[in-house]
Amino acid sequence: MLDFWHSTWLYNPAGLVTALLSALPTAAPDWLRTLLASLFGLIGLLAFIVPSQLGVVWIERKVIARIQQRYGPNRVGPVGLLQPIADALKIMAKEAITPAQGDRLVFWAAPILFFLPAFLVWAIVPFGPTMLYSDLNIGVLYLVAVGSVSVIPVFMAGWSSNNKFALLGAMRAVAQSISYEVPMVLSLVGIILLAGSLQVSAIVSDQLSRGIWYVFLQPLGFLIFFIAASAELNRTPNDMMEAESEIVAGYHTEYSGMKFGLFYVAEYTSLLVLSALMSALFFGAWGLPFVDQIVPPWLIFIGKLYAFFLVFVWLRGTLPRLRIDQLMHFAWKYLLPLSLVNLMLAAAQVVLLEGVLPPSSRLASWVLAAINLALGLFLLLGWARLFNLPGISRPLTRRGAPIEPLRRAGEALRS
Amino acid sequence: MYGLGLLKGMWLTLRTLGKTYARETPPYTYQWPEEQSYVSPRVRGYGFVWWEDRCTGCATCAKSCPHGVIEVITRPGPDATYMVEEFRIDIGICMFCGLCVESCPYDALRYTNEIAASYYERGKMVKGKYQLETATERSSAYGRPFYEEQLRAEGKVRLPRWVEQALAEEAREATHAAHTQTRTAP
Repeated sequence: MLDFWHSTWLYNPAGLVTALLSALPTAAPDWLRTLLASLFGLIGLLAFIVPSQLGVVWIERKVIARIQQRYGPNRVGPVGLLQPIADALKIMAKEAITPAQGDRLVFWAAPILFFLPAFLVWAIVPFGPTMLYSDLNIGVLYLVAVGSVSVIPVFMAGWSSNNKFALLGAMRAVAQSISYEVPMVLSLVGIILLAGSLQVSAIVSDQLSRGIWYVFLQPLGFLIFFIAASAELNRTPNDMMEAESEIVAGYHTEYSGMKFGLFYVAEYTSLLVLSALMSALFFGAWGLPFVDQIVPPWLIFIGKLYAFFLVFVWLRGTLPRLRIDQLMHFAWKYLLPLSLVNLMLAAAQVVLLEGVLPPSSRLASWVLAAINLALGLFLLLGWARLFNLPGISRPLTRRGAPIEPLRRAGEALRS
Repeated sequence: MYGLGLLKGMWLTLRTLGKTYARETPPYTYQWPEEQSYVSPRVRGYGFVWWEDRCTGCATCAKSCPHGVIEVITRPGPDATYMVEEFRIDIGICMFCGLCVESCPYDALRYTNEIAASYYERGKMVKGKYQLETATERSSAYGRPFYEEQLRAEGKVRLPRWVEQALAEEAREATHAAHTQTRTAP
C-alpha cells in the first residue's frame, strides 16, 4: 500500500520526467536527453515559483494587514485573491521611464541582472529526494557565490539612475550586503563541517540519517544565518537601502513599470529561495518525523518554506527599521566574532567527537544538541556583556542615547 | 535586555494577528463606500445645497465666483420677481473658496458635508437645480450652528460608530442590570 503510494507521480513527480525520458527511442542522443531533462526541471521550477510569486504577495499583504488590524486587499476577486494579478497587469501597463541624464544601457541591464542570481539559486533547492534540479557537489559554495552577485546590479541601478537617493540607497545596500555576507558564510561552514560535504543532497541526507536537524546541532549557527539572511534580503527590519522615510525608495527610485516589477519579483524570489535553503540546510528539507511516509516530500518542503516565509512576514510586521550604523556595528562587532567562535566550536566538536560519537547514535546527538544550545546561549549573552553593547547591557535614556556620553557632553558645555 | 524586548514585541504582534482573525478586535478600517465613517455636520465639504424657495435669482453668487462656475438663468415672474429656471454649479472647476456661500444675501446656497466628489464622467460634476435641491439633508453647519441643532432635533445626524457602540453597550448594560435587579430583588 505504502509502496504503491510512493511509486505514484503525486508522491514523486520526478517519476513523470523519468517515464517521459524512458519513452524516448533508444537511438536518441545523450545531449537530447540532458536537454529535455533540464527543460522539464525548469518547467517544474517555474510551476512552483511563478504561482508562489503571486501567492506570497497576497499572503504578506493579508498577514501584515491583520497584524495592523486592517482588512488588507479584499476587493479584487474573492478575499482579494486576484489583487496580485491586478497589480501585475497594472505594473506591466505602466510606462518605463529612463532618466535623461542616466546611463541608458546600465539602467536597463540592472533589473535583469538582479533577477538572474535570485532565480539561479533555485537550481540547488532540494524539493524531494529525486527533485533536485542540479545536485552540484559544490552546492553551498554555489549558493554563496551566486547569491552575492546581486550586490553588483543593485549598485548598477543606483549609479545609472543619476539620482542622489538612488546612489545613497545603492551604497547602503552594498555596505550592508557585503558585511552580512561574512557571518552568513561562516555560519554555513559549521554545518558543512558536520556534514563533511558541500553538496546540498549530502547535507540533507546526513541530517536524515542522524535523525536530528542541524538547527539543534548548530543553534547559534542557525540564529546567525537567520539574522544575516534577513539582512541580505533587505526587508523591513533591515531595509536601509530603500528606506522610504529617508531616501524615497533607495536604488529603485527612478524605476517604473516592468523594470521596477523585476526588482520587486526578484526580491520575493530571493526571499523564497533563502527560506527554502534555510529549511533544507537547517531543518532537514523533506524530513518530518511520523508524517514523511504519508505526505509527499515536496509538500513537506513547501510547507517548511512557507513557514519560514511567514516568519519573515511576521518580523516585518513587528520590527521597526534599524539605523545603518547600528546594523553595521551588529554585523562586525557582534555577529562576526560570534560566528567565528561558533565555527571553532563546530570544528572542535567534529574533530574531538569523531571516535566518541558515531553519527548513528541518536542519544549522543541529542546530548550534543543540548550542550550546543547551552553554549550558544552562554555565548550570546556573554558576548553582549563583554562588548558592552549600548542598549543591550548598558541602560539608555528614554530617547535611546547612551547616558554617559550625554552627561559628559553636558558637563563640557557647562564648563 | 538581551533581545527579550524583541521577543515580547513578536508575541504582541502574533496575538494581535490572532485576535484580528478571530474578530475579537475587528479591523478598524471602514469599507468605503459601503461603510462610511462619521463626518461632522460642521464639515465644509465638496458639494452644494440650494433652496429654491429662498433664492431670489439675484445672481450675487455668480458674480462673486472667481472662476465663473455658477450659472443662473432666470425669467420674469409675478410681482416683479425672478423665476429661477436653471441653477448650475460645475464642481469640477470650483475651488471651494466659499465666496458664493458667503455672498448670498438670503442664505439660499450652502455647502454640504459630503467629503467625496468623484465621478467617472466630467459631465456628472455639473450639478443642476434638482441635484442641488436633493442634498438639503447634508447641508453643512459651517458658520451656521443652528443647522446642526435642527438636524440633531430631527434625528438626521449620524453619530460616530464608536459613540454608537458605546451608547449601545451602555443601554445593554443598563437593561442587564435591570434584569438582574428584578431577579435578585425577591
